[in-house]
Amino acid sequence: MAYLRLSQIPPTEEALVEARHMLGLDRSFPVQYFTWLGKALRLDFGRSYVTGKPVLDEILYYLPATLLLTGVSLLLTLVVSVPLGVLAALYKDRIPDQLTRAFAFFGVSIPSFWLGFLLVYLFSVRLGWLPALGRGGAAHMILPAITLSLMSISINIRFFRASVLENLHHRFVLYARARGVPERRVVGRHIFRNSLIPIVTAVGMHLGELFGGSVVVENVFAWPGVGRYAVTSIFNRDYPVLQCFLLLMTGIFVLCNLGVDVLYAWLDPRIRFGGEEQP
Amino acid sequence: MTLLRTLLSGRTTRLAFVAACAVLLVALFAPLLSSWDPDDIDLSQKLQAPSREHLLGTDHLGRDVLARLLHGARASLGSVAVIVAAILLLSLSVGSVAGYAGGMVDAFLMRLCDTFLTFPTFILAMFLIGILGAGMTNVILAIVCTHWAWYARIIRGLVLSLKTREHVLAARVAGTGQFRLVMRHILPGVLPQILVLATLDIGHMMLHVSGLSFLGLGVQPPTAEWGVMINDARQYIWTQPQLLFYPGLAIFVTVMAFNLLGDGLRDALDPVGETGGWGK
Repeated sequence: MAYLRLSQIPPTEEALVEARHMLGLDRSFPVQYFTWLGKALRLDFGRSYVTGKPVLDEILYYLPATLLLTGVSLLLTLVVSVPLGVLAALYKDRIPDQLTRAFAFFGVSIPSFWLGFLLVYLFSVRLGWLPALGRGGAAHMILPAITLSLMSISINIRFFRASVLENLHHRFVLYARARGVPERRVVGRHIFRNSLIPIVTAVGMHLGELFGGSVVVENVFAWPGVGRYAVTSIFNRDYPVLQCFLLLMTGIFVLCNLGVDVLYAWLDPRIRFGGEEQP
Repeated sequence: MTLLRTLLSGRTTRLAFVAACAVLLVALFAPLLSSWDPDDIDLSQKLQAPSREHLLGTDHLGRDVLARLLHGARASLGSVAVIVAAILLLSLSVGSVAGYAGGMVDAFLMRLCDTFLTFPTFILAMFLIGILGAGMTNVILAIVCTHWAWYARIIRGLVLSLKTREHVLAARVAGTGQFRLVMRHILPGVLPQILVLATLDIGHMMLHVSGLSFLGLGVQPPTAEWGVMINDARQYIWTQPQLLFYPGLAIFVTVMAFNLLGDGLRDALDPVGETGGWGK
Protein backbone atom coordinates (compact mmCIF):
# COMPACT_ATOMS: atom_id res chain seq x y z
CA MET A 1 0.00 0.00 0.00
CA ALA A 2 2.72 2.39 0.98
CA TYR A 3 4.51 1.29 -2.15
CA LEU A 4 1.49 2.31 -4.18
CA ARG A 5 1.37 5.64 -2.32
CA LEU A 6 4.98 6.25 -3.10
CA SER A 7 4.60 5.37 -6.74
CA GLN A 8 1.50 7.54 -7.06
CA ILE A 9 -0.64 4.78 -8.60
CA PRO A 10 -4.23 4.89 -7.36
CA PRO A 11 -4.86 1.49 -5.71
CA THR A 12 -7.91 -0.61 -6.55
CA GLU A 13 -10.50 -1.44 -3.89
CA GLU A 14 -9.47 -5.12 -3.79
CA ALA A 15 -5.80 -4.25 -3.41
CA LEU A 16 -6.66 -2.04 -0.44
CA VAL A 17 -8.76 -4.72 1.27
CA GLU A 18 -6.08 -7.32 0.68
CA ALA A 19 -3.29 -5.09 1.95
CA ARG A 20 -5.28 -4.16 5.05
CA HIS A 21 -5.92 -7.82 5.78
CA MET A 22 -2.31 -8.75 5.24
CA LEU A 23 -1.07 -6.01 7.59
CA GLY A 24 -3.74 -6.83 10.18
CA LEU A 25 -5.22 -3.34 9.93
CA ASP A 26 -8.77 -4.68 9.58
CA ARG A 27 -8.80 -5.94 13.15
CA SER A 28 -9.95 -3.90 16.16
CA PHE A 29 -7.51 -1.55 17.91
CA PRO A 30 -7.18 -3.57 21.15
CA VAL A 31 -6.41 -6.74 19.15
CA GLN A 32 -3.85 -4.85 17.06
CA TYR A 33 -2.29 -3.33 20.16
CA PHE A 34 -1.90 -6.59 22.06
CA THR A 35 -0.58 -8.38 18.99
CA TRP A 36 2.02 -5.62 18.66
CA LEU A 37 2.83 -5.66 22.38
CA GLY A 38 3.21 -9.43 22.42
CA LYS A 39 5.61 -9.33 19.50
CA ALA A 40 7.46 -6.28 20.83
CA LEU A 41 8.22 -8.16 24.05
CA ARG A 42 10.05 -10.66 21.88
CA LEU A 43 11.80 -7.75 20.13
CA ASP A 44 9.82 -8.36 16.97
CA PHE A 45 8.62 -4.96 15.81
CA GLY A 46 7.23 -6.13 12.51
CA ARG A 47 8.30 -5.06 9.07
CA SER A 48 8.39 -1.59 7.60
CA TYR A 49 5.42 -0.93 5.31
CA VAL A 50 7.73 0.79 2.84
CA THR A 51 10.88 -1.30 2.58
CA GLY A 52 9.47 -4.57 3.90
CA LYS A 53 12.56 -5.12 6.05
CA PRO A 54 12.37 -5.82 9.79
CA VAL A 55 11.93 -2.52 11.64
CA LEU A 56 14.43 -3.32 14.37
CA ASP A 57 17.20 -3.87 11.83
CA GLU A 58 16.42 -0.58 10.15
CA ILE A 59 16.34 1.37 13.42
CA LEU A 60 19.55 -0.26 14.63
CA TYR A 61 21.11 0.68 11.32
CA TYR A 62 20.31 4.36 11.84
CA LEU A 63 20.78 4.47 15.63
CA PRO A 64 24.60 4.72 15.85
CA ALA A 65 24.61 8.00 13.89
CA THR A 66 22.10 9.53 16.30
CA LEU A 67 23.92 8.23 19.37
CA LEU A 68 27.18 9.65 18.02
CA LEU A 69 25.62 13.05 17.37
CA THR A 70 23.87 13.33 20.73
CA GLY A 71 26.88 11.90 22.56
CA VAL A 72 29.28 14.43 21.06
CA SER A 73 26.75 17.20 21.71
CA LEU A 74 26.36 16.17 25.35
CA LEU A 75 30.12 16.15 25.75
CA LEU A 76 30.37 19.56 24.11
CA THR A 77 27.59 20.84 26.37
CA LEU A 78 29.41 19.75 29.52
CA VAL A 79 32.84 20.91 28.37
CA VAL A 80 31.56 24.38 27.53
CA SER A 81 28.80 25.03 30.04
CA VAL A 82 30.44 23.83 33.25
CA PRO A 83 33.50 26.13 33.13
CA LEU A 84 31.45 29.05 31.84
CA GLY A 85 28.83 28.55 34.56
CA VAL A 86 31.48 28.49 37.30
CA LEU A 87 33.22 31.49 35.77
CA ALA A 88 29.99 33.47 35.62
CA ALA A 89 29.15 32.67 39.23
CA LEU A 90 32.61 33.48 40.59
CA TYR A 91 32.70 36.79 38.71
CA LYS A 92 29.04 37.62 39.35
CA ASP A 93 27.98 40.93 37.79
CA ARG A 94 31.44 41.55 36.40
CA ILE A 95 32.49 41.32 32.77
CA PRO A 96 32.93 37.50 32.46
CA ASP A 97 29.46 37.05 33.97
CA GLN A 98 27.84 39.60 31.69
CA LEU A 99 29.44 38.15 28.56
CA THR A 100 28.46 34.61 29.52
CA ARG A 101 24.91 35.63 30.25
CA ALA A 102 24.59 37.48 26.97
CA PHE A 103 25.88 34.38 25.16
CA ALA A 104 23.45 32.14 27.03
CA PHE A 105 20.61 34.49 26.24
CA PHE A 106 21.46 34.43 22.59
CA GLY A 107 21.60 30.63 22.71
CA VAL A 108 18.12 30.06 24.11
CA SER A 109 16.50 32.42 21.63
CA ILE A 110 17.97 31.18 18.37
CA PRO A 111 16.02 28.51 16.46
CA SER A 112 18.34 25.53 15.95
CA PHE A 113 17.37 24.91 12.33
CA TRP A 114 18.12 28.51 11.43
CA LEU A 115 21.44 28.42 13.28
CA GLY A 116 22.26 25.27 11.32
CA PHE A 117 21.66 26.99 8.01
CA LEU A 118 23.60 30.08 9.07
CA LEU A 119 26.58 27.89 9.99
CA VAL A 120 26.31 25.98 6.71
CA TYR A 121 26.12 29.24 4.80
CA LEU A 122 29.11 30.74 6.56
CA PHE A 123 31.43 27.74 6.78
CA SER A 124 30.41 25.69 3.76
CA VAL A 125 28.96 28.04 1.15
CA ARG A 126 31.09 31.10 1.85
CA LEU A 127 34.34 29.87 3.32
CA GLY A 128 34.21 26.29 2.07
CA TRP A 129 35.97 25.02 5.21
CA LEU A 130 33.53 22.38 6.34
CA PRO A 131 31.21 19.95 4.55
CA ALA A 132 27.58 21.05 4.52
CA LEU A 133 25.65 17.81 4.63
CA GLY A 134 25.80 14.13 5.42
CA ARG A 135 28.01 11.98 7.59
CA GLY A 136 31.69 11.30 7.15
CA GLY A 137 34.80 12.12 9.12
CA ALA A 138 35.15 14.36 12.14
CA ALA A 139 34.69 17.46 9.97
CA HIS A 140 31.12 16.42 9.24
CA MET A 141 30.49 16.29 12.97
CA ILE A 142 31.39 19.87 13.83
CA LEU A 143 28.45 21.90 12.53
CA PRO A 144 25.64 19.51 13.58
CA ALA A 145 27.12 19.11 17.06
CA ILE A 146 27.43 22.87 17.58
CA THR A 147 23.90 23.39 16.31
CA LEU A 148 22.44 20.72 18.56
CA SER A 149 24.31 21.65 21.71
CA LEU A 150 23.99 25.45 21.72
CA MET A 151 20.55 25.38 23.34
CA SER A 152 21.65 22.91 26.02
CA ILE A 153 24.85 24.82 26.62
CA SER A 154 22.91 28.02 27.21
CA ILE A 155 20.37 26.46 29.55
CA ASN A 156 23.01 24.58 31.52
CA ILE A 157 25.23 27.64 31.93
CA ARG A 158 22.28 29.27 33.62
CA PHE A 159 21.57 26.27 35.85
CA PHE A 160 25.16 25.89 36.82
CA ARG A 161 25.67 29.56 37.57
CA ALA A 162 22.63 29.53 39.87
CA SER A 163 23.78 26.34 41.53
CA VAL A 164 27.28 27.63 42.24
CA LEU A 165 25.89 30.94 43.51
CA GLU A 166 23.69 29.08 45.93
CA ASN A 167 26.63 27.17 47.38
CA LEU A 168 28.94 30.17 47.49
CA HIS A 169 27.62 31.43 50.78
CA HIS A 170 27.13 28.22 52.72
CA ARG A 171 28.64 28.05 56.16
CA PHE A 172 30.90 25.14 55.25
CA VAL A 173 32.51 27.33 52.59
CA LEU A 174 33.13 30.04 55.13
CA TYR A 175 34.50 27.43 57.54
CA ALA A 176 36.81 25.98 54.90
CA ARG A 177 38.16 29.45 54.17
CA ALA A 178 38.47 30.19 57.87
CA ARG A 179 40.62 27.13 58.50
CA GLY A 180 42.90 28.19 55.68
CA VAL A 181 41.98 25.76 52.91
CA PRO A 182 43.51 27.10 49.67
CA GLU A 183 41.04 28.94 47.44
CA ARG A 184 41.40 26.41 44.58
CA ARG A 185 40.46 23.61 46.91
CA VAL A 186 37.53 25.57 48.32
CA VAL A 187 36.16 26.11 44.84
CA GLY A 188 36.95 22.59 43.64
CA ARG A 189 35.97 20.46 46.59
CA HIS A 190 33.47 22.46 48.56
CA ILE A 191 31.60 24.54 46.05
CA PHE A 192 31.97 22.61 42.81
CA ARG A 193 31.09 19.18 44.06
CA ASN A 194 27.99 20.41 45.84
CA SER A 195 26.92 22.34 42.77
CA LEU A 196 27.10 19.17 40.68
CA ILE A 197 23.92 17.70 42.13
CA PRO A 198 21.42 20.05 40.49
CA ILE A 199 23.29 19.96 37.21
CA VAL A 200 23.13 16.19 37.08
CA THR A 201 19.34 16.52 37.12
CA ALA A 202 19.48 19.25 34.51
CA VAL A 203 21.68 17.21 32.19
CA GLY A 204 19.62 14.06 32.71
CA MET A 205 16.42 15.89 31.87
CA HIS A 206 18.18 17.51 28.99
CA LEU A 207 19.17 14.33 27.29
CA GLY A 208 15.54 13.84 26.31
CA GLU A 209 15.55 17.32 24.78
CA LEU A 210 18.82 16.56 22.99
CA PHE A 211 17.28 13.49 21.36
CA GLY A 212 14.23 15.56 20.42
CA GLY A 213 16.44 18.33 19.08
CA SER A 214 18.48 15.84 17.08
CA VAL A 215 15.36 15.13 15.01
CA VAL A 216 15.50 18.72 13.74
CA VAL A 217 19.27 18.87 13.38
CA GLU A 218 19.43 15.57 11.52
CA ASN A 219 16.93 16.96 9.04
CA VAL A 220 18.89 20.17 8.55
CA PHE A 221 22.19 18.42 7.92
CA ALA A 222 20.83 15.32 6.15
CA TRP A 223 22.43 13.33 8.99
CA PRO A 224 21.48 9.67 8.53
CA GLY A 225 20.06 9.06 12.02
CA VAL A 226 16.85 7.67 13.52
CA GLY A 227 15.28 11.13 13.86
CA ARG A 228 15.36 11.74 10.13
CA TYR A 229 14.18 8.21 9.50
CA ALA A 230 11.26 8.71 11.91
CA VAL A 231 10.15 11.95 10.23
CA THR A 232 10.21 10.21 6.85
CA SER A 233 8.17 7.37 8.30
CA ILE A 234 5.58 9.85 9.61
CA PHE A 235 5.11 11.12 6.06
CA ASN A 236 4.88 7.56 4.74
CA ARG A 237 2.49 6.50 7.51
CA ASP A 238 4.96 3.75 8.27
CA TYR A 239 3.49 2.93 11.69
CA PRO A 240 5.70 -0.01 12.71
CA VAL A 241 8.79 2.17 12.31
CA LEU A 242 7.21 4.98 14.30
CA GLN A 243 6.12 2.64 17.10
CA CYS A 244 9.60 1.22 17.43
CA PHE A 245 11.18 4.69 17.34
CA LEU A 246 8.92 6.01 20.09
CA LEU A 247 9.50 2.96 22.26
CA LEU A 248 13.24 3.38 21.81
CA MET A 249 13.15 7.08 22.69
CA THR A 250 11.02 6.46 25.76
CA GLY A 251 13.38 3.70 26.80
CA ILE A 252 16.40 5.98 26.46
CA PHE A 253 14.61 8.67 28.45
CA VAL A 254 13.76 6.28 31.30
CA LEU A 255 17.34 4.97 31.34
CA CYS A 256 18.66 8.52 31.61
CA ASN A 257 16.43 9.22 34.58
CA LEU A 258 17.64 6.03 36.22
CA GLY A 259 21.23 7.05 35.52
CA VAL A 260 20.58 10.38 37.21
CA ASP A 261 19.30 8.66 40.33
CA VAL A 262 22.34 6.40 40.51
CA LEU A 263 24.72 9.34 40.02
CA TYR A 264 22.92 11.17 42.80
CA ALA A 265 23.64 8.46 45.29
CA TRP A 266 27.28 8.50 44.27
CA LEU A 267 27.59 12.27 44.60
CA ASP A 268 25.59 12.76 47.75
CA PRO A 269 26.08 10.28 50.61
CA ARG A 270 23.02 11.71 52.32
CA ILE A 271 20.87 10.11 49.63
CA ARG A 272 22.90 6.89 49.55
CA PHE A 273 22.42 6.22 53.24
CA GLY A 274 18.83 7.41 53.23
CA GLY A 275 19.51 9.73 56.14
CA GLU A 276 17.64 12.91 56.93
CA GLU A 277 19.09 16.03 55.37
CA GLN A 278 21.07 18.00 57.92
CA PRO A 279 19.98 21.61 58.35
CA MET B 1 0.72 50.67 36.91
CA THR B 2 3.66 50.76 39.29
CA LEU B 3 4.52 47.31 38.01
CA LEU B 4 4.62 48.62 34.47
CA ARG B 5 6.85 51.47 35.56
CA THR B 6 9.34 49.19 37.32
CA LEU B 7 9.21 46.92 34.31
CA LEU B 8 10.02 49.70 31.88
CA SER B 9 12.82 51.18 33.96
CA GLY B 10 15.41 48.76 32.50
CA ARG B 11 16.70 49.68 29.05
CA THR B 12 16.76 46.15 27.60
CA THR B 13 13.33 45.31 28.96
CA ARG B 14 11.93 48.51 27.50
CA LEU B 15 13.35 47.57 24.12
CA ALA B 16 11.95 44.04 24.44
CA PHE B 17 8.55 45.44 25.37
CA VAL B 18 8.52 47.64 22.28
CA ALA B 19 9.64 44.75 20.06
CA ALA B 20 7.00 42.38 21.44
CA CYS B 21 4.28 45.01 20.98
CA ALA B 22 5.49 45.63 17.43
CA VAL B 23 5.24 41.90 16.58
CA LEU B 24 1.78 41.85 18.12
CA LEU B 25 0.67 44.83 16.03
CA VAL B 26 2.13 43.28 12.89
CA ALA B 27 0.20 40.08 13.61
CA LEU B 28 -3.04 42.03 14.09
CA PHE B 29 -2.71 44.31 11.08
CA ALA B 30 -0.68 42.16 8.67
CA PRO B 31 -3.11 42.53 5.71
CA LEU B 32 -2.99 46.33 6.01
CA LEU B 33 0.79 46.54 6.10
CA SER B 34 1.48 44.94 2.75
CA SER B 35 -0.52 45.25 -0.43
CA TRP B 36 0.52 41.75 -1.54
CA ASP B 37 -1.38 38.57 -0.78
CA PRO B 38 1.07 36.19 0.97
CA ASP B 39 -0.29 33.21 -0.97
CA ASP B 40 -0.42 34.92 -4.36
CA ILE B 41 1.65 32.74 -6.70
CA ASP B 42 3.22 34.35 -9.76
CA LEU B 43 5.80 32.09 -11.36
CA SER B 44 6.91 34.73 -13.84
CA GLN B 45 8.13 36.78 -10.86
CA LYS B 46 9.94 34.02 -8.98
CA LEU B 47 13.15 34.58 -6.99
CA GLN B 48 13.20 38.32 -7.69
CA ALA B 49 15.74 40.53 -6.00
CA PRO B 50 14.41 43.22 -3.69
CA SER B 51 12.77 46.02 -5.64
CA ARG B 52 10.39 48.88 -4.99
CA GLU B 53 7.45 46.58 -5.67
CA HIS B 54 8.69 43.65 -3.60
CA LEU B 55 10.68 45.22 -0.79
CA LEU B 56 12.35 41.95 0.20
CA GLY B 57 12.04 40.23 -3.15
CA THR B 58 10.03 37.11 -3.96
CA ASP B 59 10.39 33.40 -3.16
CA HIS B 60 10.56 30.34 -5.45
CA LEU B 61 6.85 30.64 -6.30
CA GLY B 62 6.90 34.38 -6.87
CA ARG B 63 5.24 35.17 -3.56
CA ASP B 64 6.11 38.44 -1.84
CA VAL B 65 8.58 37.66 0.98
CA LEU B 66 7.68 40.69 3.09
CA ALA B 67 3.97 39.87 2.99
CA ARG B 68 4.72 36.27 4.00
CA LEU B 69 6.94 37.44 6.86
CA LEU B 70 4.25 39.79 8.17
CA HIS B 71 1.57 37.13 7.93
CA GLY B 72 3.94 34.63 9.56
CA ALA B 73 3.67 36.65 12.78
CA ARG B 74 -0.01 35.68 12.86
CA ALA B 75 0.71 31.95 12.74
CA SER B 76 3.38 32.17 15.48
CA LEU B 77 1.57 34.46 17.88
CA GLY B 78 -1.84 32.94 17.16
CA SER B 79 -0.73 29.42 17.97
CA VAL B 80 1.13 30.51 21.09
CA ALA B 81 -1.93 32.48 22.26
CA VAL B 82 -4.11 29.37 21.93
CA ILE B 83 -1.48 27.25 23.70
CA VAL B 84 -1.08 29.66 26.61
CA ALA B 85 -4.85 30.07 27.01
CA ALA B 86 -5.39 26.30 27.04
CA ILE B 87 -2.54 25.72 29.49
CA LEU B 88 -3.79 28.43 31.86
CA LEU B 89 -7.35 27.12 31.78
CA LEU B 90 -6.31 23.53 32.39
CA SER B 91 -3.61 24.17 34.98
CA LEU B 92 -5.55 26.79 36.92
CA SER B 93 -8.52 24.47 37.33
CA VAL B 94 -6.49 21.35 38.14
CA GLY B 95 -3.94 23.18 40.29
CA SER B 96 -6.43 25.13 42.37
CA VAL B 97 -8.73 22.14 42.90
CA ALA B 98 -5.78 19.99 43.96
CA GLY B 99 -4.35 22.64 46.26
CA TYR B 100 -7.66 23.63 47.77
CA ALA B 101 -9.29 20.23 48.16
CA GLY B 102 -6.17 18.34 49.33
CA GLY B 103 -6.37 14.70 50.38
CA MET B 104 -7.24 12.01 47.85
CA VAL B 105 -8.20 14.47 45.12
CA ASP B 106 -4.86 16.18 45.46
CA ALA B 107 -2.93 12.91 45.44
CA PHE B 108 -4.77 11.70 42.34
CA LEU B 109 -4.34 14.94 40.39
CA MET B 110 -0.66 15.20 41.26
CA ARG B 111 0.06 11.63 40.08
CA LEU B 112 -1.75 12.58 36.87
CA CYS B 113 0.59 15.55 36.53
CA ASP B 114 3.62 13.35 37.15
CA THR B 115 2.52 11.15 34.26
CA PHE B 116 2.40 14.12 31.89
CA LEU B 117 5.73 15.45 33.15
CA THR B 118 7.59 12.39 31.93
CA PHE B 119 7.19 13.07 28.21
CA PRO B 120 9.78 15.15 26.35
CA THR B 121 7.81 17.65 24.24
CA PHE B 122 9.31 16.77 20.92
CA ILE B 123 8.83 13.03 21.25
CA LEU B 124 5.20 13.39 22.35
CA ALA B 125 4.60 15.78 19.46
CA MET B 126 5.97 13.21 17.01
CA PHE B 127 3.81 10.54 18.61
CA LEU B 128 0.60 12.58 18.31
CA ILE B 129 1.39 13.74 14.80
CA GLY B 130 2.34 10.23 13.74
CA ILE B 131 -1.05 8.95 14.82
CA LEU B 132 -3.35 11.90 14.14
CA GLY B 133 -1.56 13.33 11.14
CA ALA B 134 0.44 16.53 10.63
CA GLY B 135 -1.19 19.86 11.40
CA MET B 136 -1.23 22.83 13.70
CA THR B 137 -3.98 21.43 15.96
CA ASN B 138 -1.89 18.41 16.86
CA VAL B 139 1.20 20.51 17.51
CA ILE B 140 -0.84 22.72 19.85
CA LEU B 141 -2.24 19.62 21.54
CA ALA B 142 1.23 18.18 22.06
CA ILE B 143 2.69 21.37 23.53
CA VAL B 144 -0.29 21.82 25.86
CA CYS B 145 -0.02 18.18 27.00
CA THR B 146 3.65 18.48 27.89
CA HIS B 147 3.50 21.89 29.56
CA TRP B 148 0.29 22.19 31.57
CA ALA B 149 1.42 19.86 34.36
CA TRP B 150 4.37 22.11 35.33
CA TYR B 151 1.97 24.98 35.75
CA ALA B 152 -0.58 22.89 37.65
CA ARG B 153 2.09 21.85 40.14
CA ILE B 154 3.28 25.39 40.75
CA ILE B 155 -0.29 26.66 41.08
CA ARG B 156 -1.07 23.92 43.58
CA GLY B 157 1.89 24.98 45.68
CA LEU B 158 0.87 28.63 45.60
CA VAL B 159 -2.74 27.78 46.47
CA LEU B 160 -1.56 25.63 49.38
CA SER B 161 0.41 28.51 50.85
CA LEU B 162 -2.34 31.06 50.23
CA LYS B 163 -5.07 28.85 51.68
CA THR B 164 -4.02 29.51 55.25
CA ARG B 165 -3.45 33.25 54.88
CA GLU B 166 -5.50 35.50 57.14
CA HIS B 167 -7.53 37.22 54.45
CA VAL B 168 -8.66 33.86 53.12
CA LEU B 169 -9.52 32.61 56.60
CA ALA B 170 -11.41 35.83 57.29
CA ALA B 171 -13.42 35.44 54.11
CA ARG B 172 -14.14 31.86 55.05
CA VAL B 173 -15.35 32.85 58.53
CA ALA B 174 -17.56 35.48 56.90
CA GLY B 175 -19.29 32.64 55.09
CA THR B 176 -17.95 33.03 51.54
CA GLY B 177 -18.78 30.06 49.31
CA GLN B 178 -15.93 27.79 48.24
CA PHE B 179 -16.02 28.70 44.56
CA ARG B 180 -16.09 32.39 45.32
CA LEU B 181 -13.35 31.97 47.90
CA VAL B 182 -11.01 30.45 45.34
CA MET B 183 -11.96 32.85 42.56
CA ARG B 184 -11.89 36.08 44.57
CA HIS B 185 -9.38 35.50 47.31
CA ILE B 186 -6.91 32.88 46.17
CA LEU B 187 -6.54 33.11 42.39
CA PRO B 188 -5.70 36.84 42.32
CA GLY B 189 -2.61 35.98 44.36
CA VAL B 190 -1.65 33.16 42.00
CA LEU B 191 -2.24 34.81 38.65
CA PRO B 192 0.67 37.31 38.44
CA GLN B 193 3.31 34.65 39.08
CA ILE B 194 1.73 32.31 36.56
CA LEU B 195 1.61 35.03 33.93
CA VAL B 196 5.33 35.64 34.44
CA LEU B 197 6.00 31.94 33.97
CA ALA B 198 3.88 31.92 30.83
CA THR B 199 5.74 34.90 29.37
CA LEU B 200 9.06 33.19 30.08
CA ASP B 201 7.80 30.11 28.22
CA ILE B 202 6.37 31.86 25.14
CA GLY B 203 9.71 32.01 23.34
CA HIS B 204 10.43 28.37 23.93
CA MET B 205 6.95 27.39 22.70
CA MET B 206 7.41 29.43 19.54
CA LEU B 207 10.63 27.56 18.85
CA HIS B 208 8.75 24.27 19.17
CA VAL B 209 5.97 25.40 16.82
CA SER B 210 8.31 26.71 14.14
CA GLY B 211 10.66 23.73 14.54
CA LEU B 212 7.85 21.26 13.91
CA SER B 213 6.53 23.37 11.04
CA PHE B 214 10.02 23.39 9.58
CA LEU B 215 9.97 19.58 9.59
CA GLY B 216 6.63 19.70 7.78
CA LEU B 217 4.75 18.36 10.81
CA GLY B 218 3.13 21.59 12.01
CA VAL B 219 1.63 24.43 10.01
CA GLN B 220 1.12 23.13 6.48
CA PRO B 221 2.28 24.92 3.34
CA PRO B 222 1.24 27.13 1.64
CA THR B 223 0.29 28.93 4.88
CA ALA B 224 2.81 31.66 5.60
CA GLU B 225 4.74 30.60 8.72
CA TRP B 226 8.37 31.31 9.52
CA GLY B 227 9.40 27.67 9.95
CA VAL B 228 7.60 26.69 6.74
CA MET B 229 9.32 29.54 4.91
CA ILE B 230 12.75 28.31 6.00
CA ASN B 231 11.90 24.81 4.85
CA ASP B 232 10.69 26.16 1.49
CA ALA B 233 13.91 28.10 1.06
CA ARG B 234 16.44 25.46 2.11
CA GLN B 235 17.29 24.31 -1.40
CA TYR B 236 18.15 27.89 -2.39
CA ILE B 237 20.92 28.23 0.20
CA TRP B 238 23.55 28.42 -2.56
CA THR B 239 21.82 31.02 -4.70
CA GLN B 240 19.27 32.90 -2.58
CA PRO B 241 20.47 32.74 1.05
CA GLN B 242 18.41 35.80 1.99
CA LEU B 243 15.25 33.66 1.71
CA LEU B 244 16.56 31.59 4.63
CA PHE B 245 17.83 34.59 6.52
CA TYR B 246 14.71 36.75 6.97
CA PRO B 247 12.25 34.23 8.48
CA GLY B 248 14.90 32.94 10.89
CA LEU B 249 15.70 36.48 11.95
CA ALA B 250 11.99 37.07 12.54
CA ILE B 251 11.79 34.02 14.83
CA PHE B 252 15.00 34.95 16.62
CA VAL B 253 13.97 38.55 17.30
CA THR B 254 10.47 37.60 18.44
CA VAL B 255 11.67 34.82 20.74
CA MET B 256 14.38 37.05 22.16
CA ALA B 257 11.87 39.85 22.81
CA PHE B 258 9.54 37.57 24.73
CA ASN B 259 12.40 36.00 26.71
CA LEU B 260 13.71 39.42 27.75
CA LEU B 261 10.21 40.59 28.56
CA GLY B 262 9.59 37.54 30.74
CA ASP B 263 12.84 38.15 32.58
CA GLY B 264 11.99 41.79 33.10
CA LEU B 265 8.55 40.86 34.41
CA ARG B 266 10.04 38.39 36.85
CA ASP B 267 12.57 40.88 38.13
CA ALA B 268 9.86 43.52 38.51
CA LEU B 269 7.66 41.15 40.50
CA ASP B 270 10.39 39.50 42.51
CA PRO B 271 13.46 41.72 42.77
CA VAL B 272 15.03 39.57 45.50
CA GLY B 273 15.06 36.18 43.75
CA GLU B 274 18.21 36.99 41.87
CA THR B 275 20.11 33.71 41.76
CA GLY B 276 18.01 32.03 39.10
CA GLY B 277 17.76 34.96 36.76
CA TRP B 278 19.63 36.31 33.80
CA GLY B 279 19.85 39.56 35.69
CA LYS B 280 19.06 43.00 34.37
